[in-house]
Amino acid sequence: MEIKKMAMAGTLESSDIQIMLSAGTNGYEFELESDVAKQFGDQIKATITSVLQAYAIDNAKISVVDKGALDLVIKARAVTAVQRALEIVDTPNWEVL
Amino acid sequence: MENKVKRNIPDEILTQYDYKPFTTTEIEGMPVQRELPAFKATTGANKLVDSLTDLVKSTVKDGMTISFHHHFREGDYVFNKVMRIIIDNGLKDLTLAPSSLTNVMNDIVVEAIEKGVVTNITSSGMRGSLGDAVSHGALANPVIFRSHGNRARAIETGAIKIDVAFLGVPNADAMGNANGMDGDSAFGSLGYALMDAQYAQTVVLITDTLKPYPNTPASIKQTQVDYVVEVDAVGDPEKIGSGATRFTKDPKELKIAEMVNNVITHSPYFKDGFSFQTGTGGAALAVTRFLRQSMLDNQIKASFALGGITKPTVDLLEEGLVERLMDVQDFDKGAAASMHKNRNQQEIDASWYADAANKGAMVDKLDVVILSALEIDTKFNVNVMSGSDGVIRGAIGGHQDAATAKLTIISAPLVRGRIATVVPDVTTVVTPGESIDVLITEVGIAINPLRQDLMAALSDIPGVPVFTIEELQQMAEKKVGTPKPLEFTDRVVALIEYRDGTIMDVIREVKD
Repeated sequence: MEIKKMAMAGTLESSDIQIMLSAGTNGYEFELESDVAKQFGDQIKATITSVLQAYAIDNAKISVVDKGALDLVIKARAVTAVQRALEIVDTPNWEVL
Repeated sequence: MENKVKRNIPDEILTQYDYKPFTTTEIEGMPVQRELPAFKATTGANKLVDSLTDLVKSTVKDGMTISFHHHFREGDYVFNKVMRIIIDNGLKDLTLAPSSLTNVMNDIVVEAIEKGVVTNITSSGMRGSLGDAVSHGALANPVIFRSHGNRARAIETGAIKIDVAFLGVPNADAMGNANGMDGDSAFGSLGYALMDAQYAQTVVLITDTLKPYPNTPASIKQTQVDYVVEVDAVGDPEKIGSGATRFTKDPKELKIAEMVNNVITHSPYFKDGFSFQTGTGGAALAVTRFLRQSMLDNQIKASFALGGITKPTVDLLEEGLVERLMDVQDFDKGAAASMHKNRNQQEIDASWYADAANKGAMVDKLDVVILSALEIDTKFNVNVMSGSDGVIRGAIGGHQDAATAKLTIISAPLVRGRIATVVPDVTTVVTPGESIDVLITEVGIAINPLRQDLMAALSDIPGVPVFTIEELQQMAEKKVGTPKPLEFTDRVVALIEYRDGTIMDVIREVKD
């Protein structure tokens, strides 16, 4: 699937995460900002990557500002960002959810 | 070698600093030799000095140990004034030995480190840009972190030999009689500074309010003081203590506070004449409120409250629920102001408060204490010094000292954001698990297996579920995931002493 437009989900409140997706050409290009990057940076990327893969997105620029979100929050925000980026908010992919 | 809390202390540290590894919290019968400084006697004719700059130049030499207190907290002007003169005069290789370092001191200490002015530091703690710089290896030698009681011990025994103490006071007369409770920048108890006044070779008082002689009540006495300097302002009254103490509305903190109160009132120590110490922070202040109601309901009065004093504790004194406040520092304006009118609010020095190397400290008579933690591990060891990223951002304060109480409670949330508070192994051991009796989180409590007696007393309290600490650790990990281990270099940037001067742990340089 191709990203149709730049899309964002999430806030900068503590325990939330803000994920911005835009079209890319070179696989997944992450930009991650997080106070817990040392301990959880890889896991945050892995969680978002698994969502992108579930939607069969091959290329994306992913800009992430994490405020200590738990895994389920990261997944929820990633799903929302993807659905907005693919313009399928009205017809969500229930199998991924 | 590995010490009692299984921390690996490099042999060269043990040799270089002549450290014994930590073995036990029991210190009964520890031999002590005190060391007093030599000085020239004076009748005090020339104590009052016009120029702080000239005085700093004439008293401070390369390689000396200088000290400050942190009673002005974030409103301190004195530290920056003196350090600016020291840096501008190109002094080198100084040891900084303040009672603690607050954020307002960070920038100038970092500058002094970068310029080689300061090469050694001993403190209760540090945070922010300074903690970050030290954790990245900025300082030539490891910082030595000591608790408030241990600093008193180190000063008395000569492990810290203070050449010049620069002590800011909100009032003083020309001979050096001073207290902490009068004047625009009043902060209350001078507890930590009283050690410096007693043991430093040269004592300089810096004040913005000269009083007629003799100035009483005198906490620091003219017999101890070499020089008095008047400056425009010693502190910013707005930033010295927090204003009105607010009662937390955070449901998690309230739940923890309610459980803490339940644990205290169901413990065998909750009886007439008991004693307690609480810290600051939302949960601790809320505990004071809950405890007040429990004391009223059960017609129980406390003999004393100890340590850092807050307005809610003063309220208990004024209500007759607490007989004495034993006050080493005051955290808010209400507590500082009440020293005047309440003769049962007794100012105590750091040695009287918490020192293991005297003939009995207040903490030795303490029944119940509520302490906080950045991390606590399955051995009940507590870290209040290094953050989840391994960077120094805390202070021992009185943690190790007060933890010798009969009932030591750690109150902490299970997780903070994505960081677990209850972990398999703390990053840095500050207070050993054998001191800790009960951990209280918002989901329930864990009792140290060393305290089988408490198991019976605390096992059937309604609304207070009991878990093993391993269960709490697993609950936390399930919530946040398993963090990747932190990476450090081999270089040691800080040493954590126990209150008896043995070595508890080391902090290594972080790898980024």
